[in-house]
This record gives sequence, C-alpha cells and structure tokens, in this order.
Amino acid sequence: MLLNALPSPEGGESFGDRLGAAVRDFGIPRIIILGFLGVLLATAVSLRLPMGQLFGNILTRFGMNGILVLAMIPSIQSGTGPNFALPLGVTCGIVASTLSIELDLRGFTAFFFAVGVAIPLGAISGYLYGVFQNKVKGQELTVGTYFGFSVVSLMCIFWTVVPYKSPEMIWPYGGSGLRVTITLTNRFAQVLDGFMSFKIGTMTVPTGLLLFFGMFCALLALFLRSKTGVAMMMVGSNPRYAESAGLNVDKYRIIGSVVSQALGAVGIIVYAQSFGFIQLYLAPLFMAFFAVASVLIGGASLRRATVWHVLIGTFLFQAILVVSMPVANKVVADNLAEVIRIIVSNGIILYALTRKEAGVDVR
Amino acid sequence: MRGIAKEYFGNRVLKGVNLRVGPGEILSIVGENGAGKSTLMNILFGMPVIHNTGGFEGEILFDGAPISIRSPQQAVELGIGMVHQEFMLLPGFSITENIKLNRELTRPNLLSRLCGPKLEHLDMPAMRSDSRASLDRMGMSIDEMLPVAGLPVGHMQFVEIARELDKKKTRLLVLDEPTAVLTESEAQVLLNAMRSLAAQGISLIFITHRLDEVVQVSDGITVLRDGEQVADLSPRETSVGHLAELMVGRKLEAVGCDGCAPSPRTDQVLLRLEHLEVDMPGEMVKDLSLEVFQGEILGLGGLAGHGKVGVANGVMGMYPARGIMAIEGTPLPLGHTLEALRSGLAFVSEDRRGVGLLLEESIEMNVAAPAMQSQEKFLRKVGPRGFQFSIMDRRAMRRHAERFIEELDIRCTGPEQIVRRLSGGNQQKVCIAKALTLEPRILFVSEPTRGIDVGAKKIVLDLLVRLNREHGVTVVVTSSELAELRSICDRIAIVCEGRLEGILPPDASDRDFGLLMAGEKSHRGRDAEGPSHLSGSCGQGSGQGSKEESPCS
Repeated sequence: MLLNALPSPEGGESFGDRLGAAVRDFGIPRIIILGFLGVLLATAVSLRLPMGQLFGNILTRFGMNGILVLAMIPSIQSGTGPNFALPLGVTCGIVASTLSIELDLRGFTAFFFAVGVAIPLGAISGYLYGVFQNKVKGQELTVGTYFGFSVVSLMCIFWTVVPYKSPEMIWPYGGSGLRVTITLTNRFAQVLDGFMSFKIGTMTVPTGLLLFFGMFCALLALFLRSKTGVAMMMVGSNPRYAESAGLNVDKYRIIGSVVSQALGAVGIIVYAQSFGFIQLYLAPLFMAFFAVASVLIGGASLRRATVWHVLIGTFLFQAILVVSMPVANKVVADNLAEVIRIIVSNGIILYALTRKEAGVDVR
Repeated sequence: MRGIAKEYFGNRVLKGVNLRVGPGEILSIVGENGAGKSTLMNILFGMPVIHNTGGFEGEILFDGAPISIRSPQQAVELGIGMVHQEFMLLPGFSITENIKLNRELTRPNLLSRLCGPKLEHLDMPAMRSDSRASLDRMGMSIDEMLPVAGLPVGHMQFVEIARELDKKKTRLLVLDEPTAVLTESEAQVLLNAMRSLAAQGISLIFITHRLDEVVQVSDGITVLRDGEQVADLSPRETSVGHLAELMVGRKLEAVGCDGCAPSPRTDQVLLRLEHLEVDMPGEMVKDLSLEVFQGEILGLGGLAGHGKVGVANGVMGMYPARGIMAIEGTPLPLGHTLEALRSGLAFVSEDRRGVGLLLEESIEMNVAAPAMQSQEKFLRKVGPRGFQFSIMDRRAMRRHAERFIEELDIRCTGPEQIVRRLSGGNQQKVCIAKALTLEPRILFVSEPTRGIDVGAKKIVLDLLVRLNREHGVTVVVTSSELAELRSICDRIAIVCEGRLEGILPPDASDRDFGLLMAGEKSHRGRDAEGPSHLSGSCGQGSGQGSKEESPCS
C-alpha cells in the first residue's frame, strides 16, 4: 500500500483502486452469478448428488448451446445489439434438419447435410432481415423480438402444410402436418456427442461436440480479426467513425445479420442432435432469450462481444441450469429450477438493457 | 449591470463588464463567438446554468434599485423579455396561440367551475385582439390566425418578438442575434420595428454580428472581447471598420514556429473546389469556391454557424454535398468518403468523440482501422495455400501505434489503452495519428484545439506545422480561433454565410479580419474596391466566391 500510495506522474493507483477496477472489469453481475454457482455446487456436494454426472451434463449443455450464443457476436459487433430475431435462423436450421429426415439420410451424412443446407438458408434470411433492420435503426431490440415471434407463428402454418411424407415426422394417425416433437434417435441424435467421447470416472466428455463448437469459435474469432470483421466492429462501435473511414454502414450491418442467422441455423442443429429431438411450432419462441442472457452474463455489453464472453457466459449459464435443477428438486420443490432459470436470464437481459450503452445508433 | 464577472470552473469568461440601458434606448453588444455575450445575457435573465455554476460577481440595478434575478420567471416578472436565437414556436399552432402560449386568456365554463380553472375555455377573440395589437406595434400586417408552420423565418422572428411584447410588463427586451436568419430586407424591417419599439419607451439590448446594423440602429455600443469590455461607443463616434478592429483585437500568442523554415508552398493548385454546397445542419455551405495550393497551410475561419466547418465535412463526404472538386485537375466525386481517402485526403473531425474516435477501442485500433479499411494496411495472410485470407496484423498495428505514441508524445499507459480514458489533447493526437496513418497529401483538420488545454493546444499546432514543413503535407485547418489560424497559416480564408468572403494573409489587420467575418464586404456589395491587399498573397481567384452575392438574394 505504501509503495503504491506514492504519487506517480501518470496518475498513481492504490491497491484498493486497482482491486476496484478489476472488480469493475470483471463485472459485478458476473461475480454474483459466480457466487450463486458456487453456493449451488456446495449444496450439490453436501446433498451427495452425483457430481461426475452433473459435470458431464454441464459440458454437454455447454457445447450444445454454444453456437446459438456465438450467433450473438456478429449482431452485437455490427451495432444491432443482441440478435433477438434469432428464431429466424433457428427456423432455417429446423427446416434443414427436417429436410434431411425427409430425404431419409442418417448419421453424419444427415447431420452435415442439414448443416450444409442450414447455412445458406440462414444466410439468405439473415440478408433479408438485415435489409429490414436497416429501416428500423435504433429499435433493433424491440423490433427483433417481435420479428422473431412473428416468424415462429408464421412457421406454425408452414409445419401444418409442408408436404413431407416421412412417417417419422407426420402425425401417426395420418392427415397433413408435422408432429410437435420429432425423434432423431435413428437419424443424427448424438452423432457429435458420441464422437470420440470418453469417460473420466462418472463424467462423460462429449469430445466431438466440443470440437465442433471449438471449430466454430475459432472460425468466428478469425472472421472477427479479418478486414470485414474489423469493419463490422467499427460500424458497431461508432457508425460515424466508420463512415469517416469510407465504410458503408448498412452493408456491414447486413453482413452481421447474415453471419448471425447462419450461426443460429447451425446452432439449432447441434442443439437438436445433442437433445435427440427436433421441436417444431412454438419451441423456438424463446430460444433468443437464453442466448442473449448467456452472452451478457459472459460480460458482453450491447455493443461489444467477444468469443471469450460467449465461452464464459454459456458455461456459467448452463452450469447454473444443470446444477440448480436437482438441487432445487431436493431442497425445495419440483420445477423451481425452471423458475430460477427464467429469473436469472430475464434479470440479466434487463440489467444489460438498463445500462447506458443501450442507446444504439439513433441519428 | 455593474462590474459583472463570471467564472466557469476557474475559467474567467467575464471580467468586470458594465452595461447601462436607459428607457427607450437600444444598446448593442458586439463580439466574437465566446466573447461572453451569451453568458452576460444568461446572467441578466437569471438562467439556472449561472447559479448552478457558482453564481456571478457584480450587481444588477433595475430602475435604480439593486435586484437579484434568480430565475427566468423572475426576470419576466420584472419585465425583462428575451428573444432567443433559435425559435421557440410550435409549428402546428396559429400565430395567436403561439403569442399567447401558456398565458392564454380563458373564460370559465361548466366543467371548470366543477374541476378548477385548468379546464376553462380559451377566449379566442380576446387573444386575437391582444395578438393583433402586439403585431401592430411592430408594423406587421399578417393574419394573426395563420399557422406558424410555413411562415417565412422573418415572420417567425416577429412572432417571437410579439410574444415578448404581449407580456404587458415587458420594458427591456433582449434580442439575441435576431437578424442572423433573416435576409437583408427582412432585417431592415426588423430594425425599423426595433426603432419604433424604442420610441414607445421599451429598452432593447441587441446582440448581433452584423456591424452595419449596429451602427445603423444603436444608441450605444458595447464591444466585448474575451470577457472584457473593450469599448463603449456611441454610433456617431465609430464606424464599421473601427468596430471590426475592436472586436477581433490582437490576441496572438506565441504558437506555431515563427523562426523555422517557411512552408514548402508552391503555386501549383492541389485541390480546387467550385460552387461547393454542403448540407450540414448548422454549418451550411451555400456556394463556395476555393483553391488549395500544394504545400501550404490554409486556414478556414469565420464565425460559428457560417459554414466553415461544413467545407471539410463536405469534401470528405460526411454530409451531402454538391459542386465540383478536383485534385491536381482530376475531378473527384463529392460525397464519396472512400474515394476521397484513396485520393490522398484525410480528415480530423471537429467532433472528436462523436466522429473521430472509437471510444471503447484501443489506441492501436483507432489509429490503424481506417488505413486497414481503405488502404489494406495492417493485414497479413493466413491459412493454407489456396485458402488464404487476410486477418489484421496486431503486431504491425502495435509497432505503428508505439511509433506514433512516441512521435506525437501521446500520454498513455500503452498502445492498448482505451481512448475514452485519455485526456482531450491526447485524444486529439490519436485522431491526428489516425489521419497521418493514411499518409495523406491533403490533411483537413477541423477545430484541432477545441476543448483541450493550453499546453496541448501548442503541441497540436506545432505538430501541424511540423507535418507541413518536414513531410510536405498540405494542411487545411478550420478553426474558430482566429489567433490560432494567424499563428500557423500561410493564407486564411474567411467563410461567411456559406460563401467565401475573402482570403487574407495572416498578418492582415484586425480590421480586415473583422470586416470579413462580419460579412461587411458582401453586405455592401463593394467587392470591387475591397481593401487593397485583400488578394495580397493569395493570387487570383480568391475573391470569386463572394462576388455579386448578397445574402438577401
């Protein structure tokens, strides 16, 4: 303390100041979440819950949700805020998955076919949504939320009229339209999770899933460092600055939307293969909220997000979810976990929205 | 008002000013931007900003009795009216409604008897006749029921004044640049109205930049400069030229490099602008033609709001612009930023935090990003052969930023520091480093010293001179501080009302600068016999912009 108290010409900081700054950098909400997780884990241990299994679950849920959360980065970086219109991309991913089943594909073929179809579909819808988004500058968050809702509702009609013939998907008693939940057991369920997976004690490590997620993280990180990625960041953090550097602001906002929706489309396929089911109709409705909450817990603001924020946020969010469920079931009552999850995720979104930088470019 | 002095955060903006207005007198206050005129009027009007920043010294006497004005409401009670520079009118309302705004005459009705006076009916006929009377006092014949939207600006100004007159108590009326938005003929009507008001016993304080109006209409003239009362004159003992001289004054500090080598200026035209129009709100450029010579430092001066800032913004495509631009004779499209950057233009914006910087990003990113986007710098190839793509080269960015940090003496903890945490002067250096990274042939710098402290000012100005001398960069500096321009520029172009008013050498007299800034030359339409050395060092073509243009056309 004494040494640090000496005034230095560049504005000396005491240890206390630096500690305060470090806390601020890490973010008070993150510290609270981390504390909450710690309490949960301690309770879980004291209740003698199967910890190995719990950690295995955390890893799986981390991998299966990761790409959906990654989808938040391009939209935040390009200045349109967290992508609340994520159900759009999710829908594209579901369409691609059902198509692979209709074509009677199985295993890795089915999975990669679905991914291959989902990316262009997501990109096209992302482009169209990006064009639309440029007309509602400054209100992306609200408009995006309702856009997502509208797409889900619109697709409800699609699912009832789509002319698929596969008996696995249409209602068993005949008629037209798809089921609410489609089982992937004989298709591509757990193809990634099972790939090269191994056990440490009672903990299963879903190697393939984590590798796939890691690959997307690396690709996105590279993209963010490319010329286009930097341009996107410039547009997002100060559109006037970007203009003065000769960039077309609208163009890069569209690129952000394209990448984001394409990631959303891939993300839901990864999610579905881990989950083992495809859920249609209203299931994608709240997909965006958990992804938004995750990236914000990770320390992203409404204008700045990195791959690290996604990794930290997804891990924390899913860990709380996985651990709180059995703990709450034992300690209090059934279904409290779901309530806690909703409080945490919406609380985090609310916190992020009330911060100053919420004012996106409204000129 | 006696011995008025005011400090804003240790910065003395008024240094003992005395004003005296008799009944039915018109007192004019003239001075450059920042001379303290607005502060003085805010004190008189009891604006909260004054009291929130520690009040003021001195005393105000009204009718011989000392008073303390704590709020605008109190000022109105006393009979002090103020007509602001910006119109405060509701466009959808009629003239009458605007004049009577918040002072409506009402009559009781059934509801109001039950629920209180807030629900009373408007007494339109009474309001109309009151408004009519106020308008008539100024000799205005327009229909008092017309909506304000769509009225000519001149008429809006009259509505504003009529509102003040309608307050029966008004005995002292402050007019803050009432003629700034008016054409010359409209201004003339207003001046006549002012005189007739004065004849009716109302005292007026008239703030303006147009010196001919001052001489024409005032009973007394006070000149402010840097918060000091430079002179108290009567219009008989002065002239427009004399006023201009007093207004500008010599306030040259030793900035720039007086002793060092002359600029590498040549006679070759590097950038030519013809009939430039820029649609920048608040800084409209209307028809400006200008030539920039290779290797010079050209200053763009003029009063705030007259368009000098719009020039660089238009050239760089930050705001919609029309006209002809050519670099070394090659035409260049206007309104195309990327094209401008690639042709060797670079711009340091006057809006440092709004346009100039990515506040949440590091110094190295701020410095390198524009060059990366427009010139493919700081990129390196990665990936296997055939699938190569470029990503940013952080190491090169770091090295580059470190070089500039040392060269420009940017005080920071390192190239990765977030620019929001830097001081204003250091942020400005980052902006300049950013522009220099583009290796420009012409550097536009707008308001380089705004909001930075004195020491940093000198460093920034020295830097511009050094760039010019050592690297041969042609620099176009836009600044509201004439003294600054005079210390570093080879030529100074004065912009007035969106047009080039004239070009002067830095050592021209205060009087000439003042005249050009107040737009006296084009007002009088005497461009032919302007001061003899007007085109002294600027060669041909300098006066073109201002020829046969008067603001009332």
